[in-house]
Order: sequence, then C-alpha cells, then structure tokens
Amino acid sequence: MKTHTRVLIFISSLLMLSAYFLPLWHILLDAPQYPEGLEMKIWLNGLSGNIDQINGLNHYIGMKFISVDDFKEFKILPYVFGALTLIGIAAGIAKSRKLLWTWFIGLGLFAIVGFSDFYMWEYRYGHKLNPHAAIKVEGMNYQPPLFGYKQLLNFTAGSLPDTGGILVGLGGVLAAVALFYKPRISPNKIK
Amino acid sequence: MKFSPYKLLAPALALLAVGTIYGCKPGKAGSSVDADAAQKVYVAPGKYDEVYAFLSGGFSGQVAAYGIPSGRLLKVIPVFSQNPENGYGYSEETKPMLNTSHGFVPWDDSHHPELSKTNGEDDGRWLFINGNNTPRIARINLATFKTAEILELPNIGGNHASPFCTENTEYVVGNTRFSEPLDNNRTDNPISSFKQTFKGAVSFVKVNKDNGAMNLAFQLIVPAFNYDLAHAGKGPSHDWIFFTCYNTEQAHTLLEVNASQRDKDFIMAVNWKKAEEMIAAGKGTKIPARYAHNVYNENTHTATSVIETETQTIDVTKFPGLVYYMPCPKSPHGVDVTPDGLSIVASGKLAAVIPVFSYQKMLDAIDKKQYDGMVEGNIPVLKYEAVLRGEVKKPGLGPLHTEFDDKGYAYTTMFVSSEVVKWKVDNLEIIDRIPSYYSPGHLSIVGGDSQKPYGKYLLSLNKITKDRYLPTGPELAQACQLIDITGNKMKLLLDFPTIGEPHYAQMILADKILKNQVKFFKLEENKNAYVTKSEKDTKVVRNGNRVDVYMTAIRSHLAPDNIEGIKIGDEVYVHVTNLEQDWDVPHGFAIKGANNAELLVMPGETCTLKWVPGLAGIVPFYCTDFCSALHQEMQGYFRVSPAGSNVPIKFSIGENPVTQ
Repeated sequence: MKTHTRVLIFISSLLMLSAYFLPLWHILLDAPQYPEGLEMKIWLNGLSGNIDQINGLNHYIGMKFISVDDFKEFKILPYVFGALTLIGIAAGIAKSRKLLWTWFIGLGLFAIVGFSDFYMWEYRYGHKLNPHAAIKVEGMNYQPPLFGYKQLLNFTAGSLPDTGGILVGLGGVLAAVALFYKPRISPNKIK
Repeated sequence: MKFSPYKLLAPALALLAVGTIYGCKPGKAGSSVDADAAQKVYVAPGKYDEVYAFLSGGFSGQVAAYGIPSGRLLKVIPVFSQNPENGYGYSEETKPMLNTSHGFVPWDDSHHPELSKTNGEDDGRWLFINGNNTPRIARINLATFKTAEILELPNIGGNHASPFCTENTEYVVGNTRFSEPLDNNRTDNPISSFKQTFKGAVSFVKVNKDNGAMNLAFQLIVPAFNYDLAHAGKGPSHDWIFFTCYNTEQAHTLLEVNASQRDKDFIMAVNWKKAEEMIAAGKGTKIPARYAHNVYNENTHTATSVIETETQTIDVTKFPGLVYYMPCPKSPHGVDVTPDGLSIVASGKLAAVIPVFSYQKMLDAIDKKQYDGMVEGNIPVLKYEAVLRGEVKKPGLGPLHTEFDDKGYAYTTMFVSSEVVKWKVDNLEIIDRIPSYYSPGHLSIVGGDSQKPYGKYLLSLNKITKDRYLPTGPELAQACQLIDITGNKMKLLLDFPTIGEPHYAQMILADKILKNQVKFFKLEENKNAYVTKSEKDTKVVRNGNRVDVYMTAIRSHLAPDNIEGIKIGDEVYVHVTNLEQDWDVPHGFAIKGANNAELLVMPGETCTLKWVPGLAGIVPFYCTDFCSALHQEMQGYFRVSPAGSNVPIKFSIGENPVTQ
C-alpha cells in the first residue's frame, strides 16, 4: 500500500469523526409567516432545532409529533458508524487492501440503508395523518423531500446535508480515491 | 367741466388694490423641504429604520417608539397610564405599577424620556421618564420595551426637572416645578405662607449599574422656586448638575405676571459629587416620608409595590459649597451642556439672547468669590459677567431648548418665532434657521444631549398643529417634524402626527437596541405564582368565594374551555399562561361583561384577569389576538350560577386526538 493511499485513509477517517460533533442533515421550512425559517437538524444521535414549533404547526395537519425517543436509530447509529470508522483506520494501519475494500463496501451500505430509512420515516410522517386534523387537503401528503426542495402548503421544505454530512460525504469520496486512484508513473522515470 | 369726486377716487382705489396685492407685508420664508426628502425618508418595505426615536406621550402618560427616518410608529409603551389594549394597569400583575402614596393613580403626564448613559454615551439599556403630575420616575427596559420600575418622589409637586442622568447613569434626578411644604409639614398651611413654609427638593435617584434598580438616595432641600429643567455635566464638569429655576419672585398667584417681573432668574449649579460624599459621611438628615416603589419582576411577570417611609435630606443652606446660582435672563427654561462639558447653554424663554456660561469661569468665580448677593442668606449668586462666556445675539423669540450635533453646532428651538436656529458653539454665530410648524418645545438630535452626538437627524417637537394634517374636528394630533442636519442648511424631510403630546424625545442608533431584543419569555424561567406550564396542569380551584382558574393558551385553544360552578358573589382570577415559545405569537383573553380590560399575554408569560361576574348565565370568553388560522375557534364558556347554588366546580376541554 502506497503512502498516499494511507494518508487519504487517515484524512478520510478524520473527516468521518466530525459526524460526532456536527449535524449531518437538516430540514428547512420557510413560509411567509416564518421569514426567519424553521429548521430541524439531524445528528448521529438525535435531533435539534425548532422541533416544538414544527410540532406545533404539524398538529393542524394531523402529523404525528416528532420525538427523538421514537427513533431507535439514534441509539445504534453512533456504534455502527464508529465500527465502520475503526475498520478504515485499521486498513490504514495494517496496510490491508482487503480491509480497505470492506470499509468502502460498509460505507456504501451504510449510505444506502441510511437514506432508505430516512425516506421511510419521511413517508410515514408525511402520509399517516390523523383523520381528525383541522386542516385536510384532498390528495395532499406532507412528505418532505429526500434531497432538495418541495412546496408543502404555505411552506417550502428543504432537505439538505449539514456541515457534518458534507464532511462525511467528502470522507467517502476520499475513501473511494484511496481505493481506486493510482498515480500514473511518469514516462521519464521509466527511462 | 364738472368735477367728479369719483375720478379722484379711482386712482386712490387703484393704489389701494395694488398696495393690497403687493403690499408691505413681509414675505414668508420659502419652502424649506428638501428636494430629495422622499428618498431620504423612504425605508423600503421589510427594511429597518436607522434610528429609534422615543417620544414621550405628554398627557397620554406613555412613551411611543418611532422609526426614523420613516416616522413609523413602532410601539406605544404603557408607563404611567392604564392601557386596556394589553391589560397594563388592569391585570393583577401590573396593577401595583401604578400604586402611589395616594393609592392607585391611573394616569400621569410623561415629559422627558432619558436614555441611560455609559461614559456619557447612550448605551441603549434603559429609558427613564418622569411622571410630572404625581411625581414619579419610571424605568423602561429596552430589551423588552416594558416598564420595569416606577419610583415615586416625596416632598415635591410637579416632577418636571426630571429624569436627567449623570454621565454614567450614577443618578437620575427629579426636581419640583411647584415648591410646596415638605411632606412632614403637612399641617394646614395657608398658601400665603409660601415664603416661610414652601421648599424645593432636588431628588437624587441612584441607579444600580448592573440591573438598573432605582432607589431614592437623597434629597437636597433648596429655596422655594419653580425648578424647570436640568442637565448634568460631562467630562470635566462630570461632578456638577445644572437646573433652571424661574419664579425666583416666589409668587404663588397669577404667575404669568408675578413670576415674570425680575430681569434675571437663575441656573442652579449643584455639586452632586460633594453631596454624595456628605451623605456617605453621614451628614444627611433622615426625615419621614411616604412614597411608593414599584418593581416589575421579569421572572414572575409580576409587579410589587412597597411604600417607603423615610428619605435622607441635606439642607443646602447649612452646607456651603454645594449649590451656586448663576443669573440667567428672564425665566430660563432649558439648560443644556455642550458635548465637551465646558459650556452651559440656558434659554430664558422671555429673553432676547441665549446666554452661554463657561464651566471654567464658574469655577473661577467660585474661587474668587465673585458674588452678586446671596439667596436665603448664604447661597451665593455668582456675577453674571463673571460666569458668562458669551451670548448668542438675536436668536429669535422664545428660546427654549438646545441640542448638539457632531460637527460643533448647536440647535435651539424658538417657541414664539416658531423656528429652529442653528448656531456655532465656538463663536456663538447664527448659521441658519428653519421654520417649525408650529411653536416647537423640545427638539431632539440623535445622541444630541450626550458626549458623542451622532447628528444627522433633528426632530422638532411642536406644541401647535393647526393645518398640518387632514383635520379631525377640534381635537388634533400633535405634530413633529424631521429635519436633515447633515448639510450647512437645515432641510425639512418629514412631518408626522404623534400620540398625546410629543413633549421631548431621545433618539438612538437602532443597532444599540436591536442587539438586546428579547423575542419571547422562556416558559421554564416563568416563576409566576399562578403559572401553568403544561395543559395537563390546568385546574380550577375554589377557596371560599375566590376562584382561581389556571388556564393555558396555545394555538388554537384555551384550556380548560368549559368551566362550571362559578357563582354570583365569586371573585374569579383567571391566570392565563401562554405556552407558545416562538416570536410574535401573543394570545389575548377577554370575558363578556367583565368590568375590566383584556389581557394580552406574550409567549411564556402569565397574566391574571380579575373578574367579578354580575349576572348568572352562560358567559363566553375568547382569544382576542388573531393568532392562527383557527383563532376564531379559540374560545370557551363559563357557566355562572345564582348565588348560593350548589353547582360544583367542573372544568374540561375536549380530547385532542392529534396531540395524544
């Protein structure tokens, strides 16, 4: 294993660790009456932001109250992600390409499962509405977008990576580079 | 040819007609409106004004906050008058704010707003204002725009020379417009005993520099004149404060004539630092007094009123060196200190000049004992010529008040000739004048009474309105004009009506206030004795004929909303807690037929409405502040049963399936 590969692995692992200190994702809500916007930040182990205000508004459309306790994911995620990062560091220390592959596939699976889970939650919150809600709009669901923006009644809902998410994503890219990038050997040196 | 008198008359008539049209009437000053006025006062929708202007409401008893340069009214802050609009002075929590030694006084005459100062600069923390009629000083918290404290002042009548503050808000002062016998001499004095029994009392109210809490530190007992206005020294003159006094004739009837006899009245210079030292050295005399001290606690959202029973006084005739009088022409009104603290500008309202006194010359005159007689035997009157730096000649008629800009100019209002006059502080020369519509009293410049004026805008606060706006019957709003003072010539920008009487104003850059703004009260910090922090804790409790309703408000319901078991003869206290924790979601509360106002409850706050039902039957209540799409659903019913009935207390709210 080349030195540059190992450096990339270590930088990537360092970036991954930011997930413990920075929010991964956020959902933004903008409406005429909320020019300052409402936001909910998603962390590896919980939620923060204007959850109470969002719940206060959601009760009009009969959406289930968002509560951290409802998400078992937040209890497991820190360990799963920690284990993954350890595999990466181990690959760098042991100079093992096999471990590097394991790490890379693990990260890929983590991303796929994570986003699917996120989508499922969004679907459930957006569709399972209390039939006694004050505001009912025929055919309307309130599922926020997985990525990007969507108009939900008077609110523009945005779903975008936060600082931690961007750094983890960058870490993932670096892991891929570590695995696949081979510097072309200069023809001069062959001579 | 027959002589016709008509032929002779014709040219005479023609001459008269021409004379009438082009006659000898002097021309009026042309329009002084800035050609770019519209652009200069236009604040685009959604944008903020550059400056907050706090205008006293005069006889409205309140303070109004306006945005400058737009002149938009931002808020009326209730201070000395009950305000049914939000329940101030009506709710159980705020009633104690209007308590006095005379009992509950629902109104006052608020004159002079004064921003708190640090190092002589406006710091944006508090706004003080005097109650003129029943002597009081109020402190408004500029983080919440709520009145936080009201302190009554004993021994005086007409707290007009108030609440001007010293350089670091060490003290705010109060002084009497009406001299009167001290409160401990409230025997049946004849009015004609004025010269023997009447006194003036200068109150020094200490302000806690951390939390603004006020207390009456001491009062200087001074001769019985009418004390009008005041301003504290700055920089070199830090230790002194200056008061104007008129009626040195000591008239007690027809003052209009009898108090205008003497050629000169006085500026009273008080060495407050020395007075403070004397009090610290135990030289004060404690005398009984009764005055209310009302404090609004921002955690309990509740005011308490305590009647104090003592004050410390110093008789200035017994302590030479505390007080000196400087002669000032003709019933002086305003007294203003230049930003450098070296000159004192006084305005004799009937005088033909504006005298400018020198602080240094005053000290020298005191040193050299350049006296021109004594008041009450041993208070020196300094020689006019010895203390005078110079006079602003022919300024106009009826000079009243002066403020300063950042470029070395002073601006003085002329009540009688209805104009603002700009003059140079160093050479006392008049530079420019601009008409006011009509008869200005005070004027205000951003930071204009501080050590570091910002300049730019000047407000002329006028006493007469007449034809300035669309007429509204005999009673008109009062007027104020915004003037651009950035150039050599003053330019009129805007003219807008105000609440009450815009007696005086203070202006401050918005940034200094914006940074401290509270958006809502934290529910977890609410320590009100009757707070209900969650809907499940709502209840109705009977104790004899007192019924306490612990109610919550959140979009879009009041809980409980069905209440039974109230009886005629009950006193019902409805304690409404607003559970919202977001900006700008107040809830209102009103009960049909209540002999009381409504409540306007801010997020996280608890307010109590006392209601004594008068008729048996069903009584609706509802939220009065359009809070949400389902605001019209935010309502409930009381059932009021006849006296002596045995309907038990019962309260409920329908199950909300959505929040379960």
